[in-house]
Amino acid sequence: MMLLQVEKLEKHFGGLCAVAELSFFLEEAQILGLIGPNGAGKTTVFHCLTGFLPIDKGEVKFKGRSIKGLRPHQICRMGMARTFQIVRPFLNVSVLDNVMVGAMLREKSLAAARRLAHSTLEFVGLEGLSQERAGSLPLALRKRLELARALATRPEVLLLDEVMGGLNPTDVDEMVRLLREIHQKGVSILLIEHVMRGLMALAQRVVVINYGRKIAEGVPGEVVRDPQVVEAYLGREFLDAAG
Amino acid sequence: MKRLYLLLASALLVLVLLPLVLDKYLLGIFVMIFFYAYLGQSWNLLTGYSGHISLGHALYVGIGAYTSTYLAMNHNISPWIGMWVGAVLAMLVGLAIGFLGFRFGLRGVYFVILTISFAEISRLVVSHIPALGGFAGIFLDFKPSFWNFQFRGNVAYYYLSLGFMVASVGVARLLELSRAGRFMVAVREDEDAAEALGVNAFKYSMLGIALSAFMTALGGTFYANYIFYINPNSVLGMGLSIELILRPIIGGMGTALGPVLGSFLLTPLSEISRAYFARGGLEGLHLILYGILAILVVLFMREGMLVYLRRALRSLLRLES
Repeated sequence: MMLLQVEKLEKHFGGLCAVAELSFFLEEAQILGLIGPNGAGKTTVFHCLTGFLPIDKGEVKFKGRSIKGLRPHQICRMGMARTFQIVRPFLNVSVLDNVMVGAMLREKSLAAARRLAHSTLEFVGLEGLSQERAGSLPLALRKRLELARALATRPEVLLLDEVMGGLNPTDVDEMVRLLREIHQKGVSILLIEHVMRGLMALAQRVVVINYGRKIAEGVPGEVVRDPQVVEAYLGREFLDAAG
Repeated sequence: MKRLYLLLASALLVLVLLPLVLDKYLLGIFVMIFFYAYLGQSWNLLTGYSGHISLGHALYVGIGAYTSTYLAMNHNISPWIGMWVGAVLAMLVGLAIGFLGFRFGLRGVYFVILTISFAEISRLVVSHIPALGGFAGIFLDFKPSFWNFQFRGNVAYYYLSLGFMVASVGVARLLELSRAGRFMVAVREDEDAAEALGVNAFKYSMLGIALSAFMTALGGTFYANYIFYINPNSVLGMGLSIELILRPIIGGMGTALGPVLGSFLLTPLSEISRAYFARGGLEGLHLILYGILAILVVLFMREGMLVYLRRALRSLLRLES
């Protein structure tokens, strides 16, 4: 089943065209990668899909329903949760209370929300830090907290904006393992990622954009050999390295 | 936590017994401590918890004071009833301001300016309404009786204002523990991140301003019936708006006890220095003292004094165990 359909999405900032005629879809239980060079419009696409930016033209349907004009919290309530590229924890409250905010979306009682928050923290490996102030966490752990908060809203689709950016290889592998497990639980994932190691390990399909337009789409192994993609994004070295 | 509640309960007991030994003047200072703690707490519910900075809270004090006083003097309606009318009115005005601010995304200083403008416009408008006494304001008739919300001496006012303060701490604590309070704090910390987690930032901001305006207005009725004189400058002016936010800022914003601590520190200082400086012909100098204190707190104790008191208490309480 088609979970998320993007049809001819367009977004302008004044005279600058950030996203143009972009169409792609995300099927149930799929991991789709969205890649492209810096400034290609990936984060803008996320903002449009999650209600943070109004859509100029085109259509976005989630579970068959248009999300045009909906506010971010309404879209989250429908089952589409996102993380931010620059993580945005609630700095002055505890790690547990951060996740509680997400958990309270579906759990109406505080006790149930607390249980869900604890189990989510355990899942991402932050349980031992639940009473710490979120502001005291280093980046790698903040990224996990960001993921935990979004997970606690029990989404059907997770939109992850560079959750592996800035992590060391060990932390990347750990994140890959986490995302696999989330995927196995039946959550579909749309992934913006620059860390090719993580992306190649996870994505079943990849959409490549440049200057806001789609330039390639397909399975990761093929897409990275596409001359246009190599030209625009990966660089010759990657092709040599990939053999 | 249990120890803290025990400590607070004993402090409350002391406060309840205090009128047995204090004279009228000192009781009056305590009334002011409780009253400003209450107003500070009411402001804290909006700004401390949901993060929207209001510098026009005198507006709600004024609505409360003028509404109950007008109803009492012209329609013989008891301030006990009038105070709720004023509170609902203030809440509606608060919601209107909130709607303009939150719906159109006025954040930070823009929201501050919005709150100031509404308060200042109201002050000027009331100054030109003869039925409300105009610039000169209204002297309340002194007809002491419970039903009239007017009493001889300070003892009744002492217990009333103590009740107001304790109730406001209770409201803040309940809010902290509730879903709504947690959502409000999320909005304060990061509105976009809260939205992304399904929190309707608009709704919880509106809840914050409604609750805050409602409670602030109840304080206005108390003020009118304690001082017996209200005018546009005293209950709608910028001075009061600033006065009532200093205590939570110094005590600790976004905490249930911060405004109380702040008021216990600041109000006696203000009352005593005001009297002292006035005797020496230096009226207004206490405001400079305030300013210096506020600057020091903002520079060196940004989270307020409560953090330090809590730290001190923690070691103290541990020693006891």
